[in-house]
Amino acid sequence: MSAATPEIVFAGTDGGAVTDLGDYEARGGLVALRRALELTPDELISELNASNLRGRGGAFFPTGRKWSFVPKPEQNPRPHYLVVNADESEPGTFKDREIMLRVPFRFLEGCLIAARAIESTHVFVYIRGEYEREFDVLVAALEQMRRRKLLGGVTIVIHRGAGAYICGEETALLESLEGERGQPRTKPPFPAIAGLYASPTAVNNVESITTVTPIIELGGAVYAEIGPESSTGTRVFSLSGNVVRPGNYELPHGFPLTDLIHDVGGGIAGGRSLKAVIPGGSSTPVLTAVEAEQVTLDFDSLAQAGTMIGSAAVIVIDDRCCMVQLGIRVSQFYEHESCGKCTPCRVGTRWITQILKKIESGHGTHADLDLLLDVGEHVNGTCLCPLGDSDAIAVASYVAKFRDEFLAHVDGEGCPFEGASSLEGIVAPTDVHAAHVGPAQIARPLEVVA
Amino acid sequence: MSSTFFDEVQRLRAVYPEPRSAVLPALRLAQERHDGWLPEEALREVADALDETPAYCLSIASFYDMLHLEPVGEHLVEVCTNISCALSGAQDVVAALERGLGVHVGETTEDGTVTLRTVECLGGCGWATVVAVDNHHRLHVREDDVPEIVKELRG
Repeated sequence: MSAATPEIVFAGTDGGAVTDLGDYEARGGLVALRRALELTPDELISELNASNLRGRGGAFFPTGRKWSFVPKPEQNPRPHYLVVNADESEPGTFKDREIMLRVPFRFLEGCLIAARAIESTHVFVYIRGEYEREFDVLVAALEQMRRRKLLGGVTIVIHRGAGAYICGEETALLESLEGERGQPRTKPPFPAIAGLYASPTAVNNVESITTVTPIIELGGAVYAEIGPESSTGTRVFSLSGNVVRPGNYELPHGFPLTDLIHDVGGGIAGGRSLKAVIPGGSSTPVLTAVEAEQVTLDFDSLAQAGTMIGSAAVIVIDDRCCMVQLGIRVSQFYEHESCGKCTPCRVGTRWITQILKKIESGHGTHADLDLLLDVGEHVNGTCLCPLGDSDAIAVASYVAKFRDEFLAHVDGEGCPFEGASSLEGIVAPTDVHAAHVGPAQIARPLEVVA
Repeated sequence: MSSTFFDEVQRLRAVYPEPRSAVLPALRLAQERHDGWLPEEALREVADALDETPAYCLSIASFYDMLHLEPVGEHLVEVCTNISCALSGAQDVVAALERGLGVHVGETTEDGTVTLRTVECLGGCGWATVVAVDNHHRLHVREDDVPEIVKELRG
């Protein structure tokens, strides 16, 4: 899309998928793996540090530094594990699945290089259960690599989830992979010290791992020349919502948000006007249309605007959307996905939804608006993982940026959209739970087994 | 059948350094073999194959959205109604499916053919609305596409 910067993650695909190993090699694949086998683990980590690659899952943590926290085998003789987080489920995000579908070998090559860097011979790819085709493509690609004897003694297991957003949180993912309920652990210890099966573990996102391959191919310093200094490289942006051409677009960090929406995405669909943009997945604070014109898509610019690049999932919202309804739907998601381990999140996400529903119905008061923010403040930062925080922060940003609209609901005793909001009548899974599933149906005691 | 299931679970178990890691794959397998849900018998089979208790298996099964503890229809139709799909009109798709199938969200048709659910983000936000029919994702589904889907399911 941007003629100036070549594709890195999707390089050599001509817009399609490369699912044949011979084809992949003919297009320049496997160069990085051969080069990596000539480098020591420390040299690989140095290349990653030089590239300044930062985690593409959402936390933006430097990948090389994460690997350097994994102790050397002589410091900790337990098996070392590489776990790849392919549990993509942050609302708005659909890039990892396209990466797995289109460049499965670049991804698997990255797995082998990363395993070498942390001196591991055991890789687990935790792929979300809903991704059937992606699973099949990965299994087929892995089999081709195994037959070509490219795995070099490394075992790669592709493990399927079964539907739980929380398993995208790294310690919940490890719990789930160990056969437990996917509930986050206390940290420390961090996974690098005691991760999977209490062994040293690096957990990296699919796009991060896939980007490792071109970094080793090009050299870390060359990669670092792309994009702004604090946000090097390209990013696969997931563009969705009310745009003419939604989709995944690989662009350099620092790309103007307004250009992504208008030039790349073709502008707002149906000739409507832009109201708001969620820049990095549903967890990130919203931007107004005016703010959206001023930011570029990188860590610093979005941080200055009070939000985050997150998983680079850009959700475009036009003027038909009621922000109270948006808050309800976002909060219902976090309520549904809260694992229940920490009380502030379990109770708070539900409470936030209920207050928002009261405001939307026209029965809300000014005190409810204060209570809404107060509940959020008591959720934020009080739990083991940021799931509840995400709900609190997102909703607080809607109130802060669109306060007049919230006040209009309270003062006008109802939704000013009068049933014409684009989100009118959505049925969230939690709506159905309340209406159709009574306590008697939930508690189904098992027969005692002799 | 149960001895085959037992053997298959042993193969799953061998993939992992710790046997408990095979609980989730084994539950998925058990569900496939029990008409798309996990009756008590299925939980017992998984428990027996992995030296766990049925209660433990239930505690895992109850955590994950794709594992069902109640019977489901022959076909499972799941519509994503998270933000990007909702902004793109998922509500109309849901309403059309409710009309076409004659059930509300969360219900199964009287003949037991189809269960209709709404689900959280399926990771297809740029291809809204996403409808998963028996876990196969249909993309860009609009209200107008629903009669065809209903016909296929009724087929």
